[in-house]
Amino acid sequence: MIRLFGILTGLVFAGVALISFVAGFIAWASEEHVETAEYVFHKAPEDVAFSFDGPLGKWDNVQLQRGYKVYKEVCAACHSLKFVAFRDLQAIGYSEAQVKVLAAEWQVPEYNASTGEVETEAGLPTDNFPPVPYFGQGNPPDLSLITKARHDGTNYVHALLTGYADAATYKNDEGVSLKEEFPDFETPPGAYFNPYFPNLNLSMAAPLTAAGQVTYDDGTEATVDQMSQDVAAFLAWTAEPKMQERKKTGWWFIGFLFFATILAYLAYKNIWAGVKPKKSEAD
Amino acid sequence: MAETTGTATPDTVVQDASDDGVRRRDFINVAAVSAAGIGGLAVIYPFVSQMAPSADVLAESTTEVDISAIEQGQAIKAVFRKQPLFVRRLTPQEIKEANDVPVASLRDPQTLAERTKEGHEDILVTMGVCTHLGCVPLGAADGETRGEFGGYFCPCHGSVFDTAARIRKGPAPTNLEIPDYEFTSDTVIVVGQS
Amino acid sequence: MSFPWASQYEPQNPLMKWVDEKLPLPRLVYNAVGAGYPVPRNLNYMYNFGVLAGFCLVLQIITGVILAMHYAPNALVAFSSTEHIMRDVNWGWLLRYMHANGASFFFLVLYMHIFRGFYYGSYKAPREMIWLLGVVIFLLCMATAFMGYVLPWGQMSFWGAKVITGLFGAIPLVGEPLQIWLLGGYAPDNAALNRFFSLHFLLPFVIAGVVILHIWALHIPGSTNPTGIEVKKESDTLPFHPYYTAKDGFGLGVFLILYCLFVFFMPNALGHPDNYIEANPLSTPALIVPEWYFYPFYAILRAFTFDFILPAKLWGVLAMFASILLWFFLPWLDKSPVRSSRYRPLYRKFFWVLMADLALLFYLGGAHAEEPYIMLSQLATAYYFLHFLVIVPIVSSIERPAPLPYSITEAVLGKDDDATLDAQAAAKA
Repeated sequence: MIRLFGILTGLVFAGVALISFVAGFIAWASEEHVETAEYVFHKAPEDVAFSFDGPLGKWDNVQLQRGYKVYKEVCAACHSLKFVAFRDLQAIGYSEAQVKVLAAEWQVPEYNASTGEVETEAGLPTDNFPPVPYFGQGNPPDLSLITKARHDGTNYVHALLTGYADAATYKNDEGVSLKEEFPDFETPPGAYFNPYFPNLNLSMAAPLTAAGQVTYDDGTEATVDQMSQDVAAFLAWTAEPKMQERKKTGWWFIGFLFFATILAYLAYKNIWAGVKPKKSEAD
Repeated sequence: MAETTGTATPDTVVQDASDDGVRRRDFINVAAVSAAGIGGLAVIYPFVSQMAPSADVLAESTTEVDISAIEQGQAIKAVFRKQPLFVRRLTPQEIKEANDVPVASLRDPQTLAERTKEGHEDILVTMGVCTHLGCVPLGAADGETRGEFGGYFCPCHGSVFDTAARIRKGPAPTNLEIPDYEFTSDTVIVVGQS
Repeated sequence: MSFPWASQYEPQNPLMKWVDEKLPLPRLVYNAVGAGYPVPRNLNYMYNFGVLAGFCLVLQIITGVILAMHYAPNALVAFSSTEHIMRDVNWGWLLRYMHANGASFFFLVLYMHIFRGFYYGSYKAPREMIWLLGVVIFLLCMATAFMGYVLPWGQMSFWGAKVITGLFGAIPLVGEPLQIWLLGGYAPDNAALNRFFSLHFLLPFVIAGVVILHIWALHIPGSTNPTGIEVKKESDTLPFHPYYTAKDGFGLGVFLILYCLFVFFMPNALGHPDNYIEANPLSTPALIVPEWYFYPFYAILRAFTFDFILPAKLWGVLAMFASILLWFFLPWLDKSPVRSSRYRPLYRKFFWVLMADLALLFYLGGAHAEEPYIMLSQLATAYYFLHFLVIVPIVSSIERPAPLPYSITEAVLGKDDDATLDAQAAAKA
């Protein structure tokens, strides 16, 4: 009975799935397949070599400090960094006293119970980066986690910042022109063309436009590529400040486990030595 | 060897134990079990350590208090490590009362000078935590009773503190605690500086 | 029941003797996973996954209870409390990554455990109850994992909760009120988050209870083995301890190395980037997908796109639930007297087709809902149902199994003296 019922049920489900397949196939075969510009011209970010890549990667504090400066002077106009506290900056090589100074350069909103108003005060090391009010077009995301919230995030940030192009003359790596392939493709007013952005048009204008836009204290030449790399590195740190500690701890764990597993294997072989037949004897 | 081990039952393993291989073999088993034990113990460390104060809590372990607005005879309540902190500017009269008490007669003998910083004898900084069972004593805010010795009064079990916040009456065993603090300027103190 | 040759617990230590008299817990452990449990001597590495699954459950409960000390189940702060764990709590990043990757590895182990059951016919009589309890455990794990994924309150958490509870909305008549009741609102919000947290905390202990029943049921007939034939005599078995404790210890080591590689070096590889974006009820991610371990069932859900008598959405929901619930009937669908696929040449072929089919469903469940993925998932879904409900019953009645060995001893050693004696006796008669 169960088997008969089972066969019937199975045939019904498989049948309906197949009907769906046939219907889908007919629709697919009879439709014209228009590939979209987003699909054809979207570009995956190129790999950038960062000091913190790979299982042995370490932060380059000098780079992170440069990246902090780029964030502060450029990104922070529109993007907040709300999960990061000023005190965290000690981890990228600032002293306690320096952090106090850095924090005070920011205005942090504070609710004043006696007036009922929100007033801004100079930041304290214990404060988080302040929220950033934004009234323009688009929706600038908080950047604390951005490199984890995008696929291949660190490279993506760098690619996006350096990837702005003119849609009218844009050609992809195979030399195919966007305008020739998709004459109807348009970048709406207030949007900017960038092949690394999922739908190719984003509301953010190229934020890093000229070399020397940020003056680096360590004398590094502030090219657009350099600034993009530095801020991408800084945002990788804000997204996962414990990355270096994590990898270092990982080596201890893995090393110990290898040792313990080899011992466990030897003990296993040892215990089974008396009862396990030689390979040739089995079967 | 292969012939005999092929059909061996568990018992033969025990018999094997009598030959010379035994020490090396036992050693491996003991080593494997010990390694597992060490590994297990090592993993307990983060599991225990996670209950200790987190970074954001530790970051708030110092508090800055601006004392410029406190007038003579007034006190303010601040928060230090999520606990009340009393800062009081004593009047000359209160200082005199505190100094007139024979120190030897106190339960927890301390002079006012020992309980304040040199050059700032009128600024009394204490925890607002009764040393009896941890209630917040009255007397810091305007209009609260200060008890019969003009300092603080704990309403829970009636401990009475004098103008130097020393225990004078009631169950509290010691004077109100003076936290670690220092003057970074004439008007600012930092509490909790180690 | 146990085999008559199972060794008896005889405490040497006076303290253990005293405890055993008052509360025979040491005896229970000894008979469950100690020397008192005789196990077939020919178990291969596929039989390691039961113990590993138990280990994963304990790991998830420990890390989970600890995370609950720091997490706040409130829609306003859930996301930031997760970040608080990652940034400020001592070793919080380790605990969270252990828990998140632990869920993935738990499912990996469960799948291996289940597929081993498919291959070696572990669900067959007299082990139906073990199998049924196992399916219950799997369903409870799915519910627990789903609710756990909602807790960080990222975009995937939110939209996953919305889509999965939306499935209940497909049920005729009661669907919509049921969905609103499940969520305690019209969309996932504080009420849903709080109840998910409560249940996510509770269910693992329920699972632990069912696991105990699962092991209890296992100890009545004893473990199966790769030959599928029953244990006949003492030389077919070895005591669980030290033989299988040693083997499981080694297996655990290999498992932990793999697990730690993920936890420490690619902790987010199995997750989705969108879950690092705080939940936003007004913006849908481009691709809503569950965690990888639900992909096959998600692919089945999405495969039904045609309103055949019933609405397509309802077909999808029915099929998704049916795809797991049909496992409950497996012991009665497969009537072959032979358990192990080793001796079932035809079934074995279909088993590997099923594995390929499931691999395809795993891939398709994570793919964009566009052609040709949908068409492929429709074909894969059709095979999935045909396999369990049509092919398995038919194959089990028409197949001619290969000859079975006389005993486990013979399968392992190549000869069994008892078999020769039996054969001689048969010849004489």
